[in-house]
Amino acid sequence: MTDAEIRAVALATLLSIAPEVEADQLRGDRPLRNQVDLDSMDWLNFLLGLHEKLKVDIPEADYARLITLDDVVAYLQKKLGAG
Amino acid sequence: MIEFKLPALGSDMDEGTLLEWKVGVGDTVKKGQVMAIVDTTKAAVDIESWQEGTVYQLIAEIGQKMPVGTLMATLLEAGETAPAGVGAGSLCAPGIPLRGQVTAKPMPTAAPAVAIAAPAAAPAAAPAPATRRMVSPAARKHAEEKGVDLDRITGTGPRGAVTLEDVEAAAALKQAPAAKVADKAAEKLADMRKTIAAAMSRSKREIPHYYVAEDIPLAKALAWLQAANAQRSMAERLLPAALLLKAVALALKRYPELNGYWRQENGNAGFVPVAAINLGVAISLRQGGLIAPALLHAEHKPLTLLMQELTDLVKRTRAGSLRSSEMSEATITVTNLGDQGSLAVFGVITPPQVALVGFGRIAERPWADNGGLKVLPVVTASLSADHRVSDGHRGALFLLELNDLLQRPEELDQ
Repeated sequence: MTDAEIRAVALATLLSIAPEVEADQLRGDRPLRNQVDLDSMDWLNFLLGLHEKLKVDIPEADYARLITLDDVVAYLQKKLGAG
Repeated sequence: MIEFKLPALGSDMDEGTLLEWKVGVGDTVKKGQVMAIVDTTKAAVDIESWQEGTVYQLIAEIGQKMPVGTLMATLLEAGETAPAGVGAGSLCAPGIPLRGQVTAKPMPTAAPAVAIAAPAAAPAAAPAPATRRMVSPAARKHAEEKGVDLDRITGTGPRGAVTLEDVEAAAALKQAPAAKVADKAAEKLADMRKTIAAAMSRSKREIPHYYVAEDIPLAKALAWLQAANAQRSMAERLLPAALLLKAVALALKRYPELNGYWRQENGNAGFVPVAAINLGVAISLRQGGLIAPALLHAEHKPLTLLMQELTDLVKRTRAGSLRSSEMSEATITVTNLGDQGSLAVFGVITPPQVALVGFGRIAERPWADNGGLKVLPVVTASLSADHRVSDGHRGALFLLELNDLLQRPEELDQ
């Protein structure tokens, strides 16, 4: 998958949890949870949605590395590449 | 004859609007089965039956706004026969199948049933012709008023039935798409704020609150959680919220004066303890406002089940599909600001409850221990409680018990 395809999956997953999000207003290099009102349950569901769509396991120890949308895309790309 | 009345789903509810019947005349209803969906200004709530019986009459109309206590339907108890001269049926919708009701079943009756509101030419229990679209009466009426063509609407009800909501959505789109929908959302939000304002004002007016707080180190609890989650699939992982909720439930077993209701009836007022520990969990809604539906019998549930139920409760709260028992049976409220919130919260008690437990954000903080200084994850737990029922000393002991339980996280998973 390309970065753009992974980003599209991530945004679609995000929108399913927070429908009010305007995807074109999101900055990929800014902390996602500063831009979108996501509580811990939303965040867990976001990562779970990515896991289900991309078949990538995301250990809890890695959660802290996933701050921005760019972080998420790069992390998933690496995981998909390794798989 | 069993009377099915609109229940009060919390102290802040005075009235509700019937959105949909989930049963039809003649249906056998079990205890806990959803009878209807009612809009309470805060959410669309599934109203459950508290008794078993057979639906005899549906009295409330779809779209009808009614005060709490209004008789919505009647049911016959097992073995009971219909009273003479009173006919079974839907008093509001003769001849037109309701959502979820295609054909009415024959009723056990001692006398010939007479459909009260049904003209002879339109028998109440007539099944819909196979080619006829299923449209609720309120939806049909609304479509006529708004000039909406029913054939152009895709029904979202059972078997494609067109509901009032479908018609409203089509009418909104027809007139002024974005503005109308936005107006409706704003109106709904304003209604919710009014409801919250009324309940919270009443609470502050009537309940003499006192507040106590305790900083609780969570190093052991989070280490245990991390180890437990490492053994679990992503879908089964636990959040710290599950540990906090379970600890509250167990601590309440030793402090029953915090779990129950302040009742005022016939000039007598007093505290009524409740054996079951039903935690009202404050859940924020994406469009604004909050609801605190209950996790029932939290004290008996292992963490995995509690987490599953919490996840389900949040999902259904935000989707607007709560059950009446979840809305009316909370015995105490817990508000957890989570990892994005402030360090501490001191909440307003939801009457007739007598206490509220608040958790701030879990954050790393300096922690003095044995003459040394460490950096530990810490949460501030607070208790807002009703001084008519308990005192600050007992409240402080409750928080110490909570602290103690969270230092032994493995014991919470039982």
